[in-house]
Amino acid sequence: MNAKQIDQQTLLKDEKDPLTHTPVHLLSLDGVGKHYGNIIALRDVTMAVDNGRVTCVLGDNGAGKSTLIKIIAGLHQHDEGVLHIMGTERKFSSPRDALDAGIATVYQDLAVVPLMPIWRNFFLGSELTTGWGPFKSMDVQKMKDITLAELAAMGIDLRDVEQPIGQLSGGERQCVAIARAVYFGAKVLILDEPTAALGVKQSGVVLRYILQARDRGLGVIFITHNPHHAFPVGDRFLLLKRGKSIGYYDKKDVTLEELTAQMAGGAELAELAHELAELGGHSDVVQEVQAEVAEVAEVAGVSSQRQG
Amino acid sequence: MASTTTLPPAPASKSGSRSDERMGRRSPFQKLLGRPEVGALVGAVVLFIFFSLVSSTFLTPSAFSTVLYGSSTIGIMAVGVALLMIGGEFDLSAGVAVISSALTASLFSWYFSTNIWVGVVLALGVSLGIGFINGYILIKTKLPSFIVTLATFLMLTGLNLALTRAVGGSVSSPSIATMDGFASARAIFASSINIAGIEFKNTIFIWIILVAVASWILLRTKVGNWIFAVGGDANAARAVGVPVTKTKIGLFMAVGFCGWILGMHNLFAFDAVQSGEGVGNEFLYIIAAVIGGCLLTGGYGSAVGGAIGAFIFGMANKGIVYAQWNPDWFKFFLGLMLLLATIVNLIVKRRAELK
Repeated sequence: MNAKQIDQQTLLKDEKDPLTHTPVHLLSLDGVGKHYGNIIALRDVTMAVDNGRVTCVLGDNGAGKSTLIKIIAGLHQHDEGVLHIMGTERKFSSPRDALDAGIATVYQDLAVVPLMPIWRNFFLGSELTTGWGPFKSMDVQKMKDITLAELAAMGIDLRDVEQPIGQLSGGERQCVAIARAVYFGAKVLILDEPTAALGVKQSGVVLRYILQARDRGLGVIFITHNPHHAFPVGDRFLLLKRGKSIGYYDKKDVTLEELTAQMAGGAELAELAHELAELGGHSDVVQEVQAEVAEVAEVAGVSSQRQG
Repeated sequence: MASTTTLPPAPASKSGSRSDERMGRRSPFQKLLGRPEVGALVGAVVLFIFFSLVSSTFLTPSAFSTVLYGSSTIGIMAVGVALLMIGGEFDLSAGVAVISSALTASLFSWYFSTNIWVGVVLALGVSLGIGFINGYILIKTKLPSFIVTLATFLMLTGLNLALTRAVGGSVSSPSIATMDGFASARAIFASSINIAGIEFKNTIFIWIILVAVASWILLRTKVGNWIFAVGGDANAARAVGVPVTKTKIGLFMAVGFCGWILGMHNLFAFDAVQSGEGVGNEFLYIIAAVIGGCLLTGGYGSAVGGAIGAFIFGMANKGIVYAQWNPDWFKFFLGLMLLLATIVNLIVKRRAELK
């Protein structure tokens, strides 16, 4: 392994934040840890998020990814280390608190209410109102128009914002959730396994929206267990294993193979992918197979962890 | 009433982005079929025609006024219960809480010889308080509302009987007809309004106003959005910043408020209340809401649906009398209506979603 770990102290030495032009991270964690009773869920995690950059958090099930995002999203509080937003130390007491600081989270289970229409979901918790005092009502037409326009801007073509969001595909729902976060002025967007339950094509769609959010200047935290999804869109990669950081790399210092190998923790996987490439399949077929291999390896990893 | 629930079609100039070839297949009729209360509406129409045919007196204005009055005494409570069910919770204490409210007003003002209105205001506080306690225990313990409100139901049943006997020495509250403020309170809570020679009880109008306000809250305010959200998926709602605790407690207190109105009506329609009444009525309110299309699992339904459910109840209740059948059949009829209306709701909803 010759990949060079990121040195947090010198990370922004020659680089300035693209939006604020100051050498301060949009969000940074320094030695953050969390334990539930005597169970250590997370320890000593250091990472940074900047405007217009994607920071990927990679790890198997139970690696501590969920704990990490819950700390950043305000659902849990960390016990060790510090969390900085734009250079100021913060500790969020509730999701609302984190939202107000510009941190929006798109959860694995989507945080949408399936039976409610798309536009109601889009504005849930941040409804637009008109009128005064007790006669304050929702500006329904405006909310519908904005929903349609915002989704169109993200390239999502919907028939009807009145249909229940549960009727959309998983990928579309993710995109609605991302569009919602972008519209409500999120500075940091946390995506919790957005591609985990999706097919190859749908995953591609979601990855494209991640890049769109990045290009709009958001700092994105992309949580995934699939290095094949993380590598093409990520700028920095934090690898977690059993609640600990096992590597933190800049994209220029690491290759997909190295990430995959570290994730899977075995050389045989890379060998298998190499073998397949040598068999001379179509290049995108090989890529698909590589993705499959990674997934199979993950399943094996989980089951061996359970046995162990 | 359904007109409050649909928006006028968007003007043609704005429809550029929304005219989609995939949209054409949903006609206004299909949109109507997609609404939660359609099953109840069909049931109400069928029942109305049925009783019109079998009874000669059912269609007379005075009979209609009686049917509406019967509907309103269920319907006032069904408004609160429907909202609560959309918010994903039950209230089994709603039936006896009505009597608790009436007893509070009557016993307090009788025992301390105050103006009736002091008791009425205190009863409002007690009703809202019962709702608050139900909601607060639910949120704090995370127990199902079935258990929490079943416990409240039993406790209130006991309290009603025990306190009434302790204070007034009887199973019925003492008469308050001669006390100060009785006439004015009766005028507010239990009077009749004469329209074109027919007496309409004022609870009918209170009921209609409550349904209209509840529909407006549900469909046009952010609180309504939150009610749907906490019933549909409370965790998702919390994650996007919806105040789940406040919304749920508020819903229980809304049921309390409706219970206060009905309790005051029950008290001032006569001048005393039987302390053992109200048991079993909570199911009538839930039945009205379910017939009206509210899902037992929450997140779906409407206030108008609850009103139609209550109207079905009122028609069946009085229609049997007008048809000169044995009223023993009423409960059977009610069960049948519940079954049929929910099956129709289910079928219609599935078909509308497929289209």
